Amino acid sequence: MEINPIVIFFAAIFTNNMILANFLGMCSFIAVSSDIKTSFSLGQAVTFVLTFTTLINFIVYRYVLIPLHLEYMRFIVFIIVIAAFVQLVEMIIDRYFQTLYYALGIFLPLITVNCAILGVSLFMVIRDYSLIQSVAFGVGSGLGWMLAIVAMAGIRQKIKNNPFPKGLEGPGITLIITGLMALAFIGFSGIVQIQ
Amino acid sequence: MNKKTKSIITMGIWQDNAIFRQILGICSALAVTNLMINSLVMGLGLIFVTAFSELTVSFLRQYTPKHIRMMVQTLIISAYVIMVDIFLKAFFPAMSEALGPYVGLIITNCIIMGRCESFAQKNPPGYAFLDGMASGAGYAIILLIIAFVRELLGFGSLFGINILGESWVSWTLMIMPPGAFFMLAVVIWISKNIFKEKSENGGVKV
Repeated sequence: MEINPIVIFFAAIFTNNMILANFLGMCSFIAVSSDIKTSFSLGQAVTFVLTFTTLINFIVYRYVLIPLHLEYMRFIVFIIVIAAFVQLVEMIIDRYFQTLYYALGIFLPLITVNCAILGVSLFMVIRDYSLIQSVAFGVGSGLGWMLAIVAMAGIRQKIKNNPFPKGLEGPGITLIITGLMALAFIGFSGIVQIQ
Repeated sequence: MNKKTKSIITMGIWQDNAIFRQILGICSALAVTNLMINSLVMGLGLIFVTAFSELTVSFLRQYTPKHIRMMVQTLIISAYVIMVDIFLKAFFPAMSEALGPYVGLIITNCIIMGRCESFAQKNPPGYAFLDGMASGAGYAIILLIIAFVRELLGFGSLFGINILGESWVSWTLMIMPPGAFFMLAVVIWISKNIFKEKSENGGVKV
């Protein structure tokens, strides 16, 4: 596959947005998107972890699993890499960057179970990306995820005091707004397209 | 059927349904529901993984140290997901292609982890297995309901068989991502109203 990494980067943000086109990372998206500041912190944490886990997973997959013909073990290996990386980052920033730790601290454990992280690694394998393409895809997906969750938090804050049907309160209305956002993002599909 | 068995089944399928009661595991619920057949395979895969993971976790519950139990659970789940993946690749390669990364993403489906943590850790293997089946079935049923509407309106067909005839103009929106979000919102809305009525009659507490 010969797609320019820059194209992949922008496609991952706009046309193949993790939440709005691939439905990944919905759980924390719905749970956390009630406040802009928290959403922004979580978005940063996701982007950071996504960038590095995609890189590590690419290296592990290409240079360890393929030579050993253990491709089918990728689920276990990827999830261990992600869990270990998150744990490591948590310890490092706790030790050296106290302020950052207070901003991101509680979100880091949440990220291990964020399906977007594992999803990006799996997409990378299925689409057969090269190293640079994978990193561009990882960063782009993270930024796209952050864009979606921050926009969502903004909208939810605006409509907080508006009345809607009882049954739609909470997750129901969030899903409808997400649907409208996805509809809006389809407008970008003319710019770039992967797959 | 004794009382506990009955209550596990009704809790899993209806009262504590993972998708519309607890809003868990919706990533895959949205992604695979554009076709009935995809949803059916995904649902069966999830029933298998949940039931056997719970069984294994329950067998090992006395031997697993408390502080590493999450890691153990994740590894158990991953092992079963790998089985499903290999099975699909070997016998249904087209299906494996269509589901893409979403088979692997069963691992991060919060339903399985949630049930292992809240039920299998405290109950004997037989009940844990049953609970896994019931929770998985509850998930599969919702998937099929959403897929039914999306495929019928989006393609005019069910399981790939044309139902609505040639004159039907497909709603392309339904098979695109927004359709999935709207459908799930509607399902949650309807279920909330049903539960609200029940709780007003002194039935199920919401």
